[in-house]
Amino acid sequence: MTQSYLKLRQDLQRRDRSLREKVVTLEEATTFVRDGDSVGIGGSTMSRTPMAMIWALIRARRKKLSCSRCITSSDGDLLVGSGICDHMTTSWFNQGILWGVSKVMRHNVETGKIRYDEWSHMAVGMRFRAGAMGVPFMPIRSMLGSDVARIRPEAKEFTCPFTGDTLLLVPALNPDVALIHVQRCDAYGNAQIDGLQFMDIDLAMAANKVILTTERIVSNDQIRRAPDQTKIPFFAVDAVVEVPFGSAPHECYGIYEPMSRHMEAYVAQVNGDPVGGMKDYLDRYVYGPKSWTEFLDLIGVDELLEAVNAGRSIYND
Amino acid sequence: MIKAQHHTASELLAILAARELKDGQVVFAGVGIPLLAATLAQRLHAPGLTILFEGGVIGAFIEPGKLPPSTNDQRCTKRANMVLGSAEVLLLLQRGYVDVGFMGGAQIDQYGNLNSSFIGGPEHPSVRLPGTGGGNDIASLAQMIVAMRHEKRRFVERVDFVTSPGFLRGGNSRAESGLPTGGMMRVVTDLALFGFDDTSRRMKVMALHPGVTREQVQDNTGFALIFDDDTGVTAPPTDQELKVLRELDPEQLYTA
Repeated sequence: MTQSYLKLRQDLQRRDRSLREKVVTLEEATTFVRDGDSVGIGGSTMSRTPMAMIWALIRARRKKLSCSRCITSSDGDLLVGSGICDHMTTSWFNQGILWGVSKVMRHNVETGKIRYDEWSHMAVGMRFRAGAMGVPFMPIRSMLGSDVARIRPEAKEFTCPFTGDTLLLVPALNPDVALIHVQRCDAYGNAQIDGLQFMDIDLAMAANKVILTTERIVSNDQIRRAPDQTKIPFFAVDAVVEVPFGSAPHECYGIYEPMSRHMEAYVAQVNGDPVGGMKDYLDRYVYGPKSWTEFLDLIGVDELLEAVNAGRSIYND
Repeated sequence: MIKAQHHTASELLAILAARELKDGQVVFAGVGIPLLAATLAQRLHAPGLTILFEGGVIGAFIEPGKLPPSTNDQRCTKRANMVLGSAEVLLLLQRGYVDVGFMGGAQIDQYGNLNSSFIGGPEHPSVRLPGTGGGNDIASLAQMIVAMRHEKRRFVERVDFVTSPGFLRGGNSRAESGLPTGGMMRVVTDLALFGFDDTSRRMKVMALHPGVTREQVQDNTGFALIFDDDTGVTAPPTDQELKVLRELDPEQLYTA
């Protein structure tokens, strides 16, 4: 499960870490993800989810992806419901708390179509942290004594050599590729994140490749005027895609809140029929549109503007 | 004027849970009733209550009518003192900065263990539930208040799966498993207020809600409850508590 340190170093050594432009289209970015890859997903729940990238990977019909995220919402539904992902590692997998339990998650897990490995939220964070630090594990003081640890033999109980305390060692997670959506970055991939960061910085530094989608690309001069705002350095990033509303129908801090009518209609449709409802949703909203812009058009300008008004209101007072 | 007796079970739950929080405390709150009750406490008797959310927020003041749909949304950062990474805010629990963890539960047992992962065993579950989220971390590392609806199928002798640890198998089993701190302190339901016996660590009734009998609580519970000789009665929700609660959640997002 934990990768060899030398292999991790060699993989990193091979990446072009020079200050270079790396802007590609959404379709081109999908070629950075191969069938069978482990894929770390940025954001949390319905916030700063790299939805456009997930949407493009489903259209590119990737196979057997093993995905990890701190907390998983309808992005997980789409990944497993479309058949491109057969393994989720996360702490919580549901659409939200407002709609009961996701029938898409339930159907796919209960029938054994996918594997859902559950870790505590902090454990997921410490697994990315260990990956980012270049160490094979991190010790934590949660999960001990619970069945969450009992069914995760990959986590090891350990007696501290200094204090004798019982700790749990959680293995490093170094995804093959990370998908992260941010408010802005430059063409080199210097990424600035407003508001909640979740686990994105550790995820970016842990991954062997990073695809950054961004609401807008700004100049490198603008980045250099406020380098304290840069949360992910360019040399960790392999591809940059400009995708306005790239988290739709989820939120992007300070820019838009979740598109609640679309989410409610989505949940009603897929929870009504987790197979047929999901197929219809994918046909209409993922495979159907010619472009991401056309997908946004299906959500509708009125709903986008409402989400923008709510999103910007965080800065109103 | 609002008639105090006209309230939903969830409103009762939110109000009585809010009363358990003290001014000046640092509380780590889950989404739903805990978030709402902590915000209610801030606006009533605990203006200095510091609320943490696992999305990475310290000291938020949620805006009335704008309840967040999870603890990872921008609405959670309203008037906060600080936003930080999710791992960082969870590590505050481990370091010991948090007085009270506060969450809901799908299923609880006599030792306060919570299940939010599987109905039936993990090998062949009849229902796969969403999972722990930060629940396991909060319950492992802080003194806990749990707010949940009181139903027999939710109050079981032994949970199908321990997602978030209470006192595990009772006695010292929690500390012996590597969890020397924290543990279940209070369970608030729409029928009664519960604590845990100091030695056996089994759930005991501390106070009944107005009009609720011992038999009624026992009949809705799947294990034998401990009753103190001096079991009290909680004070009913006041007009002021209901008024402020309904301003916070006018659409009854969490209190329907």
